[in-house]
Amino acid sequence: MSSHSETRRLARIDIGPAVTKDAPGTVRFVQGNEVCAEAALYAGLGFFAGYPITPSSEIAEILARRLPEQGGSFIQMEDEISSLAAIIGASLTGKKVMTATSGPGFSLMQEALGFAVMAEIPCVIVDVMRGGPSTGLPTQAGQGDINQVRWGTHGDHAIIALTASNHQNLFEVTVRAFNLAETYRSPVVVLFDELLAHMRERLRVPEPGELELVGRLRTSVPQGIDYHPYLAREDGRLPMSDFGGVHRFNVTGLYHDMWGFPSTDPAVVDDLAHHLHDKIELQADQIAAGRRYALEDAEILLISYGTPARSALQVVHEARQNGQRLGLLELQTLWPFPGRMVQEACRDREAVIVVEMNMGQIFHQVQAAVDERRSVFLANRVDGRFITPRDIRRILRIVEGQGV
Amino acid sequence: MAGRSIESIEIRRDWCKRCGICTAMCPRTVFDEETDGTVVVARPEDCIACEICERMCPDFAITLYYAEATA
Amino acid sequence: METYLRKRFMPHIWCPGCGHGTVLNGLLRSVEELGLDRNEIVMVSGIGCSARISGYVDFHTLHTLHGRALAFATGVKMSRPELHIIVPMGDGDALAIGGNHFIHAARRNIDLTVLILNNRIYGMTGGQFSPLSGCGVEATTAPYSTVDPAFDAVELARAAGATFVARTTTYHVHELQQFVTRAIRHRGFSVVEILSQCPTHFGRRNGAPTAVEMLSIFKEETAKVGSRVAEENPERITRGVFVEDTVKPEYCTAYAERVQAGRGDRR
Repeated sequence: MSSHSETRRLARIDIGPAVTKDAPGTVRFVQGNEVCAEAALYAGLGFFAGYPITPSSEIAEILARRLPEQGGSFIQMEDEISSLAAIIGASLTGKKVMTATSGPGFSLMQEALGFAVMAEIPCVIVDVMRGGPSTGLPTQAGQGDINQVRWGTHGDHAIIALTASNHQNLFEVTVRAFNLAETYRSPVVVLFDELLAHMRERLRVPEPGELELVGRLRTSVPQGIDYHPYLAREDGRLPMSDFGGVHRFNVTGLYHDMWGFPSTDPAVVDDLAHHLHDKIELQADQIAAGRRYALEDAEILLISYGTPARSALQVVHEARQNGQRLGLLELQTLWPFPGRMVQEACRDREAVIVVEMNMGQIFHQVQAAVDERRSVFLANRVDGRFITPRDIRRILRIVEGQGV
Repeated sequence: MAGRSIESIEIRRDWCKRCGICTAMCPRTVFDEETDGTVVVARPEDCIACEICERMCPDFAITLYYAEATA
Repeated sequence: METYLRKRFMPHIWCPGCGHGTVLNGLLRSVEELGLDRNEIVMVSGIGCSARISGYVDFHTLHTLHGRALAFATGVKMSRPELHIIVPMGDGDALAIGGNHFIHAARRNIDLTVLILNNRIYGMTGGQFSPLSGCGVEATTAPYSTVDPAFDAVELARAAGATFVARTTTYHVHELQQFVTRAIRHRGFSVVEILSQCPTHFGRRNGAPTAVEMLSIFKEETAKVGSRVAEENPERITRGVFVEDTVKPEYCTAYAERVQAGRGDRR
């Protein structure tokens, strides 16, 4: 076998629990978009509004059929702006809600995303990334939306964004997104790329009850007693009340008091600005998630996320087989950026290589998080093709001073 | 209700913005205005309860109180 | 009627003589006439002077984004079709930035009650012209006066598929209550365009600086559709009910029936 060939037998990679015919749960061979749709249903999705866009359209198509089967409803709106607006409206009636799009549609959603942040409305937004910017590469993978998820909407705000590199993970991560949306009363973005969306892979569908679900927290304040939609409990959660229920209150994108009414009082504004920031940013460690491969004695650390993490893992496996001390930290939470997790993982390494399919969006976050900024490198690919183990090894050789 | 007799016409001073609509629109010139725009219920006895003032007032500042209907 | 007001916020923020207060007045009379339960009403508004109406009513209120009220309202309605959803919007709010959502909500004939508070101007931002200002109007962004023709909101709603369409003014206050009542009762996409005075920004720059003068214009320059006055004065804006279709299926009902049938076919 030629050592240059990419088609040589791949090392067996552990990407999840072993699947045998005795394992509980149904095993299916499905594409990533279907995984995401089924996971949303598992989490209790009650309403979906969306607009077709490659490579996410299958999510809408599957839910158009599946949601009514489970007593929910689906609507195809006239654009992405109204799609996000519609699910926000539905969320206020007590439903778990989701929309799905790609980069161009996600750009359109930024204003409404800010509204959901400001009005603290649980919702899940799926962004299946494709090559960008602009129309870019509709049918090819990219990871260029990372910073937009964090900063796309105006004003100071916090956001939660999760990602996955394989279908089993994607199922769990999507369910987790709904849980975090309810826990933090916030929009949560599920980011994955076109490759994961369209490739087919094994999924063991979790049994009911196997994955923890966080339900809508409703207020226990009885009818006739003043209810404050924006008054946090001691544990930080904010109980909600459904539109059409016994409590009438206001929801607005203006700065507002704890009753939801507009206010420009400096004390009120300052409090709310800090609340929106702190409720997520100060919980970064709790929200952080990642998977560690061969970190213990690693001299060189790869950091990756999404499908490129699969190539990175391949590189680590083969390197270890050759006695090279490589490790991989796969990020599953992108925002709030898991700075502490990254900083600890990067400590005492000779070099850190961030593997992603963009011009270095997580790379800059890693640089900012670590003590030794100059030992962080970027292994990237932005031509619309999947970043391969060979691409990564090439950069690795350069970092090691061995040329190409 | 038009046609019923009025016991009184109340103006909420804290809500009235002195826009002049009631004075101008009343078909029976029940209202007068002072120089600063303050509305005065000058001729309540002329009121025909057409409700124009009450309905047109943008500020909910006018309330017509109807006399008790006699059996 | 006043029980429907959030009295602690009165007096409201609208200028002296603003027609929007009159619209609110008529709307609350309509709600009282219909005997609606406050807990069954959701008011969804966008951004602008018109949109501020939602802060003053004791219903479930959702104050959203400029032009997008109908999109939020669609999500609320699809999830809770039995609730009464009232959507007050401004002229720019509904038909400029909101134009696309307006025509699609009308196309779907989803059961929402839309009130277009048409003061032919962008009031809150200081007096720019709108797609309903019409030609020859002075506004801050049309210092030489406008060359933009106006939409006819009634025709637009009709063409897009709305099944109840009416127009009135803040002068015609009895009509106002009647049309709003009929619009709320109508099960389908209802639109009531209400010409409303903005003396501060529209009137002041266009020869009618007081509310009273603007109201007089509403009286003089409109006519009941089908009346002799309308016939003899074709330049007048017509008021009345222009569309009342109880046949076209309402969206939520049609969706529920269709998925029911779709699921049934598979068994």
